[in-house]
Amino acid sequence: MANYYTETPELKYHLNHPLMKRIVELKERDYADKDKYDYAPQNFEDAMDNYDRVLDIVGEICGEVIGPNAEGVDHDGPKCENGRVQYAPGTDQNIDATRKASLMGMAMARRFGGLNFPIVPYIMAADMVSSADAGFENLWGLQDCAETLYEFGNEDQKMRFLTRVCAGETMSMDLTEPDAGSDLQSVMLKATFDEKENCWRLNGVKRFITNGDADIHLVLARSEEGTHDGRGLSMFIYDKRQGGVDVRRIENKMGIKGSPTCELVYKNAKAELCGDRKLGLIKYVMALMNGARLGIAAQGVGISTAAYKEALAYAKDRKQFGKAIIEFPAVAEMLSVMKAKTDATRAILYETARFVDMYKILDDISKERKLTPEERAEQKKYAKLADSFTPLSKAMGSEFANQNTYDCIQVHGGSGFMKEYKCERIYRDARITSIYEGTTQLQVVAAIRYVTTGAYLAQLEEYEQQIAALGNAAEYSNLTAKLKEMSNKLRMAIDKITEAKNQELLDLMARRLVEMSAHCIMGYLLVIDAMKAPELFAKSANVYVRYAEAEVEKHITFIGKFADENVADYRQA
Amino acid sequence: MGYKIIVLAKQVPDTRNVGPDAMTPEGTVNRAALPAVFNPEDLNALEQALRIKDANPGSTITMLTMGLPKATEVLREGLYRGADAGVLLTDRALGGADTLATSYTLAQGIKKIGDYDIIICGRQAIDGDTAQVGPQVAEKLGLTQITYTEEIIALEGKKITAKRHIDGGVETVQGPLPIVVTVNGSAAPCRTRNAKLVMKYKNAKPAPEIAAIENADEKAYYAARPYLTIQQWGAADIDADPAQIGKAGSPTNVKAVKNIVFTAKESKTFTASDNDIDSLMAELIQSNTIG
Repeated sequence: MANYYTETPELKYHLNHPLMKRIVELKERDYADKDKYDYAPQNFEDAMDNYDRVLDIVGEICGEVIGPNAEGVDHDGPKCENGRVQYAPGTDQNIDATRKASLMGMAMARRFGGLNFPIVPYIMAADMVSSADAGFENLWGLQDCAETLYEFGNEDQKMRFLTRVCAGETMSMDLTEPDAGSDLQSVMLKATFDEKENCWRLNGVKRFITNGDADIHLVLARSEEGTHDGRGLSMFIYDKRQGGVDVRRIENKMGIKGSPTCELVYKNAKAELCGDRKLGLIKYVMALMNGARLGIAAQGVGISTAAYKEALAYAKDRKQFGKAIIEFPAVAEMLSVMKAKTDATRAILYETARFVDMYKILDDISKERKLTPEERAEQKKYAKLADSFTPLSKAMGSEFANQNTYDCIQVHGGSGFMKEYKCERIYRDARITSIYEGTTQLQVVAAIRYVTTGAYLAQLEEYEQQIAALGNAAEYSNLTAKLKEMSNKLRMAIDKITEAKNQELLDLMARRLVEMSAHCIMGYLLVIDAMKAPELFAKSANVYVRYAEAEVEKHITFIGKFADENVADYRQA
Repeated sequence: MGYKIIVLAKQVPDTRNVGPDAMTPEGTVNRAALPAVFNPEDLNALEQALRIKDANPGSTITMLTMGLPKATEVLREGLYRGADAGVLLTDRALGGADTLATSYTLAQGIKKIGDYDIIICGRQAIDGDTAQVGPQVAEKLGLTQITYTEEIIALEGKKITAKRHIDGGVETVQGPLPIVVTVNGSAAPCRTRNAKLVMKYKNAKPAPEIAAIENADEKAYYAARPYLTIQQWGAADIDADPAQIGKAGSPTNVKAVKNIVFTAKESKTFTASDNDIDSLMAELIQSNTIG
């Protein structure tokens, strides 16, 4: 039986990271649930064993249900009839399988019926689901929205809605409008308070809404009449059982075709406020987006894994000039780099997931009791790391997914251009990942401040120390020397650009600086992984550092030879 | 209304992926070379039971298996998917049983469980492929049986309706409860394990193993969680007649085991013409290959 978990041993390696001990102990509040719930862990080992077993179930569902359904779902797609969405038959089967396995509220607390898993194993499940069918990840992964409802909703709302999500009802986040895409401050969907019914009413149109016919929606709407910016927006919960929202049409997309992307019409739809007025965009959607971005990073890694798997199998099987094409260095190099990029983005993905776990769990604990000064410091440290790593993880995870699916088709040659092979679907599915939940360009905007303030450079030093503390540092000294040199060049490039005090120049160079930072970080992470598990990562560490070194050199040449006045060459308006 | 369901399941060597060392030189199955798995058609049977439970709240499913203590694994696998309890029939005296002795033993186990409406099992096990145990259990208990079931369509009061596979098609039949139903591999596949149930039942063990625990903390852990205790019965517990169980109760004797390799002897080529197709059809009908 196909099982994505056992076929991807890298997942179990990342699951067993030393920081998990602290994450699990905090998440489980020192195992306080152990006698309250029959599925709660007794201790750390028990919890880890639970994650391992449940990920094995996810791997099996991916291998036996979601993966085999992917081509059919891509072909059939969802349909819109009488204002409602009808999923493809394969999608219904996928939802049924994940629901019956109790995988719809993985990170939710047990009192709502969830599994109370940390983000790390939840993201591992997302990684596998994306590998099986990236389009289905969009539906299944919307359980993320529950996290936002949990953070900002009141107790009554949590009890009413989160229990339904954990039981298998689906969610959507209704943000984008025809004139409000990347610029969500322009959202116009109108929310008015109905004094007679003592509820809010929503009127207007939303566009590009993933799973727009969901059971429970989080909606960004303008509650403050006369305002035009983000401060007039609030977040609302719309329950499909109340009625008032119809699906006008489903977009005909290039990829992730199984996931219905809807245009929604709100006609006096009854809704309730989630959290405080006016904090909709500036606080809640930002939190929602950060969670979603980590999900897309996982989607990218999952797609890369699928691309590598398909390319490898084809290259072993396809014979030309009397031998398997994998034996030709030109093909073998493509495969090696694909694997290295996949391992590199997986390394930063789980590093980010751990940071998110640490600060979110401490945040949650701070609502129950006062944090100790040490815990407060810990919370602050990891919140900053999570904020700085999330855009890197999303940008690199999605860009590498695109590159890997491109190479996957290249390995297939002419066959890869035909519909018969999986790679053409994976290639189409990958394309959206560097666009939605904030384009790569917007991830760069989010990340550049951590470049200029030295946050990434400080983390690179931290990795250097971690490597020195591992026993076999000498074995990897050639790689660490390279990384050290790359970090120094990055530092010099940052200095050159920031000293110019020219915002236009900084904006123009931002992507290069962010990419270099990411290459250094991922290089260090892969070397650490290779030192701990050489059988899994030694090859990728060597291949990736060599690749990253050349990439950094390319950017250094560009930045080093760039004169301030050259910015004029790039002005288009 | 809830139904009391018993699912008969067997742990079998995985004969679906047979390597060259699958048989011993003596002609018996080399169990060491083949992983032990949940007999595939018993999983189809379990799914039918789970669907009855889903549709009829208050229903309970008890898994019953006969085998080595290791067969507890199939009971846990059943619990992971939604069964409520498991019973392990294990005893040296039960070893070496053929289908007759096995069905007698299972029937005795079912009598001891006592209260049941529907007994469901796979059509056959992949190690023996006899398809005899289900029907024999029905005979020993004096129950109606529906074999080759594709789907249990309805349950109304004391009446069950099922679709069963027959040569060249399907037929829909009805029977009274209590009843024995054997399920085909072509029926709906079994759902995967449930995350919460896996975490709940992963430490479930047969009663004697729990009784042997000396560590006080572990003892207390099991005492507080009675659902982790799997019933284990031996020949005496099910009041079995020693002459009808194990080797003594098994009239079957294996005379010899032969390794047969199918080889193609001759081939014929037909074109797409009507004449050729007519002559092929005539030949196939004459040889009783189809018809």
